[in-house]
Amino acid sequence: MPALLEVENLRKVYRVPGGKGRNADLVAVDQLSFQVPAGGSLAIVGESGSGKTTTARLIAGLESPTSGMIRVDGEARKPLPWARGERARYARQVQMVYQDPFTSLDPSQTIQACLDEVLRCHFSQDTDARGSRISQLLGQCGLDDRHRHRRPRSLSGGERQRAAIARALAAGPQVLILDEAVSSLDVSIQAQILNLLASLRSALGLTYLFISHDLGVVRQVSDECIVMYRGAAVESGGTQNVLGAPKADYTRQLLDAIPRPGWAPRRQAVHPASL
Amino acid sequence: MNTQAPSRLNGNAAEPRLLDLGGLRVELKTGGRWRTVVQGVSLNLEAAQAVGIVGESGSGKSVTARSIARLLPRGARVSGDVRFDGEPVWAMNRARLRRFRARDLGIVYQDPRAHVNEMHPIGDFLTEGIRDHSPRERRELAVAALGATGIPDADRRLRQYPHQLSGGLLQRVMIAAAILPGPRLLLADEPTTALDVTTQSEVMAILAEQRHARQLAMIFITHDLDLAAAVTDTIAVMYAGTIVETGPSATMHEAALHPYTAGLLAARPRPARVASLYTIPGRPIAAYESGPGCVFASRCAYVQQRCLQARPEPRPLGDHVVSCYRAEELQGTLQQALERA
Repeated sequence: MPALLEVENLRKVYRVPGGKGRNADLVAVDQLSFQVPAGGSLAIVGESGSGKTTTARLIAGLESPTSGMIRVDGEARKPLPWARGERARYARQVQMVYQDPFTSLDPSQTIQACLDEVLRCHFSQDTDARGSRISQLLGQCGLDDRHRHRRPRSLSGGERQRAAIARALAAGPQVLILDEAVSSLDVSIQAQILNLLASLRSALGLTYLFISHDLGVVRQVSDECIVMYRGAAVESGGTQNVLGAPKADYTRQLLDAIPRPGWAPRRQAVHPASL
Repeated sequence: MNTQAPSRLNGNAAEPRLLDLGGLRVELKTGGRWRTVVQGVSLNLEAAQAVGIVGESGSGKSVTARSIARLLPRGARVSGDVRFDGEPVWAMNRARLRRFRARDLGIVYQDPRAHVNEMHPIGDFLTEGIRDHSPRERRELAVAALGATGIPDADRRLRQYPHQLSGGLLQRVMIAAAILPGPRLLLADEPTTALDVTTQSEVMAILAEQRHARQLAMIFITHDLDLAAAVTDTIAVMYAGTIVETGPSATMHEAALHPYTAGLLAARPRPARVASLYTIPGRPIAAYESGPGCVFASRCAYVQQRCLQARPEPRPLGDHVVSCYRAEELQGTLQQALERA
């Protein structure tokens, strides 16, 4: 079975001021390759500066890769800029949910208007059809018609993230990129959203690319994972294996640093990334 | 430590505790309305002891910590008792308060960038609290403090500006600045929440070393129960402006007695295994949204009629203090839930 999402030798280099009036190259993502089968869930794990978010943004078409190939459903993505029709078609394949629902939703828009805008942009349906689709989307995400006319400010953090997921689903994507989508939520709310994501994936046959720094979260939501450090994959494989029997030193360091019963903080062999 | 209201008039206490909060209540004005954010928090702390205050957003944990330093918004209504070494903090005059904040308290915040002046080098910031020393002494103290927090090349660092330092490094500078004047109590408000896990481990280890070396007491504010358990002696779990449970940190994982504490522990995903996560229904509420009964009643799986009618008082049970009518009968049920999680 061909992979739904395929990434081959993906590389992104930024020009940054390097001092003495010269520019330097910063390699954010370095020769990254992976495949996600339809209905699969791949997590990309790493700390700040690992390149995990850059990878997400490249796949979503928010940045253009310096080199490498991104294929969705067997079709290679054209280089940016995309024509309007192309962008819309790609958007019906891949959608993204961001970390902070406070800033990723338009504060002046009601939830209904927000979803309706996406539906009008992508599908030619009449008002009634859109209305019932909105009800369906809200229901799938654990919201209901009472939330239709609310604005983001009057929703709780968890409700806002549910609305952001509903908006992403409105375009009918095959792939959902979740960029730290549960990281800013309180733990009791985070568990609700993680369970919601698990049930959506099985009910709708969605494919997830899950970007996170939190290994506990990654364990819950992914089949496979890639551990990134400074732009490159240091370890990859089945999530259970990678987190249960890590081979790379860096993965082991990450796991050792997670507080748990019996844990004590330790000065480590200092990892240069953190300094 | 216990959470019973301290006998306020105990003149016989020869050695007052380092910190004593009794029935602390804080109201803040938001959107033109007075809203209760902390209601009846009692907590005390001996010298060199560490207490973790754990809670979700809106639980009142930060406001509780800030009322110890009298760092609440102007016009906040505060009642109850905050005593440092027996002295009521909210009755201090300006000069005494300034000295209290500069000498007795060290504070470390979540976001170091919001609390340094970007226009001044690190050295200025570090020595701000010790201006009565000579320039040479100030410099020596600053270099020593940076060294103690594991920052090499201190001479160069003193001349650097905040933007030239990474988040983890800048947070260590904040810790160095907080311990430099030799305080007796450290208020650490989510000091590692913005940091990567490996950096967090490093920063917490440095904090622990310094605490032990200096016999420094600490109030550690966090949303992360696992982290708090690892770095404190006692944990106080806050919900809706009240402390629902306190107990020894080391055994909180197995011995949680309040349904909220157990729920928090069971809801946290762990890297070791996959489970359909236990969820606490609904969202965390703020103090002003709580009814006359138990603050957790609206989300509790074990709620009964009496829980809705009157607020359960904190009472001792084993080595914990818990505010739940059903703590004894639920002990077995919660234990099982925790073992499954």
